[in-house]
Amino acid sequence: MADGRLKPIAGGVGQAGEATAGLAALPRAAPRMGTVARLLEDERVLGVLLLVPTVVLLALFIAYPFVKGVWLSLTSATVGNPGVFVALGNFAKIWNDTIFQQAAYNTFVYTAIATVGKLVLGMWLALLLNRHFKGKRLVRASMLLPFIIPTVLSTFAWKWMFDPTFSVLNWSLYHLGVIQTRIGWLTDPTLALGSVIIVNVWRGMPFYAITLLAGLQTVNPELHEAAAIDGANAWHRFWRITWPLLLPVTMVVTLFSVIQTFADFQLVYVLTGGGPANSTHLFATYAYQIGIATGLLGEGAAASLAMFPILFFIVVAQLWYIRRVEGA
Amino acid sequence: MDTSMDRRSFIKVAGGAAAATGLAGILDAGRAPAYAQGARLHLVRWVDFVPAADEVLTKQMDEAGKALGAQITLERINANDIQPRITAAISSGSGPDMFHLLHNWAHLYEKSLVDVGDVVDAIGKAQGGYYPVTQDLDRVNGVWRAVPHSIVGGQIAYRKSLFESVGAKEFPKTWQEYREVGKKLKAKGYPIGQTAGHTFGDAPTFWYPAMWAWGGKEVEKDGRTVAINSKETVESVKFFVGFWKDACDEGGLAWDDTNNNRAFLSGTIAATINGASIYVESLRNKDKYKTETGALMHTDILHAPNPAGPAGTYHYHTSFHHAIMGYSKNQKLAKDFLKWLHSKEHFEPWFVAQKGFSVGATTDWEKHKMWEQDPVMLPFRTAARAFRVFGYAGPPSAKASEGYSKYVVVDMYAKAIQGMPAEEAVKWAEGELRKIYG
Repeated sequence: MADGRLKPIAGGVGQAGEATAGLAALPRAAPRMGTVARLLEDERVLGVLLLVPTVVLLALFIAYPFVKGVWLSLTSATVGNPGVFVALGNFAKIWNDTIFQQAAYNTFVYTAIATVGKLVLGMWLALLLNRHFKGKRLVRASMLLPFIIPTVLSTFAWKWMFDPTFSVLNWSLYHLGVIQTRIGWLTDPTLALGSVIIVNVWRGMPFYAITLLAGLQTVNPELHEAAAIDGANAWHRFWRITWPLLLPVTMVVTLFSVIQTFADFQLVYVLTGGGPANSTHLFATYAYQIGIATGLLGEGAAASLAMFPILFFIVVAQLWYIRRVEGA
Repeated sequence: MDTSMDRRSFIKVAGGAAAATGLAGILDAGRAPAYAQGARLHLVRWVDFVPAADEVLTKQMDEAGKALGAQITLERINANDIQPRITAAISSGSGPDMFHLLHNWAHLYEKSLVDVGDVVDAIGKAQGGYYPVTQDLDRVNGVWRAVPHSIVGGQIAYRKSLFESVGAKEFPKTWQEYREVGKKLKAKGYPIGQTAGHTFGDAPTFWYPAMWAWGGKEVEKDGRTVAINSKETVESVKFFVGFWKDACDEGGLAWDDTNNNRAFLSGTIAATINGASIYVESLRNKDKYKTETGALMHTDILHAPNPAGPAGTYHYHTSFHHAIMGYSKNQKLAKDFLKWLHSKEHFEPWFVAQKGFSVGATTDWEKHKMWEQDPVMLPFRTAARAFRVFGYAGPPSAKASEGYSKYVVVDMYAKAIQGMPAEEAVKWAEGELRKIYG
């Protein structure tokens, strides 16, 4: 259709005979050729059209699963059985579930300690890597290894290192005379949570370091030089110059990291499966255990969605803070 | 099949008379049946602890494919990952045609599984009848939802020389005796190795019978009234907290199903509950595993059933089944394949490769000459006859599976071991079971 309409116009422009009719004819021809073209000329229409693929993708892969998850959480669905609408029944059930309560507590402890650990160590590493030394590129590349290696693979390596019988950590500590008996890295409930936090920090630290390093390289060295001339020591230069200038980047990195850590699954699933006695269950691993292993899809979706308001609040608060910092 | 047949009459159906199955027709005709061109079947199974048996199975896929005129794919995944695959497949209505089920999962997925009563009937009649427990595991509301395939018996693997070194000429008959022997073994640096972690095999295989041996139970016979908070369960928990401290490797609290194998084979523990995989591995790599004295490890391993508690001796074994998914477009082909795979002729090479690690789900396999080869494996021969299912004393159900999947009984003991008073740990388990049984 569009081709059919466009042809006479193309001919009109290209044929000398008609060109004399020329300019008078064009205004009449223009509306005929322009139904599509004119629509595309309209920025509002073009904008909508360009957005369509993104909206479709988001609707399919983000909105639909989310809405489906919300719907599931409001039903008594089990595997192979769509169930019936139970309103907030699943949420009431998990609210009174002691394992869920423990998983919620664990998730907050896990996220808080791991995030602080990653931020402090990541910042330290970034500051070190921002200096000039021999082999800097090699060190920078190797720093990314924990981040590059598939999580499941590296976590299996850690599982071996925490093995109650064959732990290389225990072996080393024992032969260094630090310990006399084996440490139950994944056996003792408190140590088990600590151990999964250590692995999370190890894995997440490069992300902080590399991002903060990029931020550090935008800081004008003259500021440091001027401060040094004025007598500022290293700590003052960091606190008064580096930290304020890095704050927006730091906030964004922390925001991403909090979201990922809060919803973490792989590390705990591989290392402990949530045990011993649920001492390392997080929201995600417990939701998985209920929804997938036990087949209670409705309850599993409710346990999973319990994260949403908390994450939503964290994201809103951090975005608000970032805007405030940037606006200041 | 007659779905009203009760357990006794079912077991009595024995016999020599091989059923006139579709498979027999196929074999008689001597050519593949007329399935749609390019028909395909996809079976998902666990990665077997006996690799040689998986090799047999892999070869059999080609043979079955030729016999049935179809392309049959075997996919092997970690046992802990089977349930996620099933959930995803059922939810999306597509995926593998058949799954390898463990325990009583047929109850969990009842509505999504095909009635395989005809396959079960044919195999049972030809092979001496199934063990009674298979009805509890696979027959849901009167309909067979999975075909029983095999049972991995849980027995205690122990080091003969170490037990003798502390004066135990034979394996202890009671839990109390076992605790005393274990205490001496631990003092020598060779504790008993046991997991109380979140793992599908060894943890439930140990802790459910531990509760039953004192008379503890999850629910009453009605399958609704939670009955775990009893004097018997509390006594059991108290005993096993002491057992743990006195006799066990305290690092085992979070072991998975492979940790005890490695610990045993490396000579750091004296005994552990297990299938026969430790022994099978020590046979497979004879020179790799040796005792402290340099003797070959396999010569020092024996197996024994669970000791007795005040209420008797009980076992839980890990059972395996094949189910056909309701969404499969090749259900007839899948049934013929299962008849082929479970038939005496084709089950035998797999059974022999297992060397007793897995026993058949039908009683005829107790008579197989394989059992004459190695007396060390003999305790597994009839292990499947003593088999109680979780959810006791109620009937098998999806609720029982839920309790198992949430590790309620395992965690009850784990919490007490970690310091929670036995009464509180049992009360916690009661609360969790009440939420499940509603």
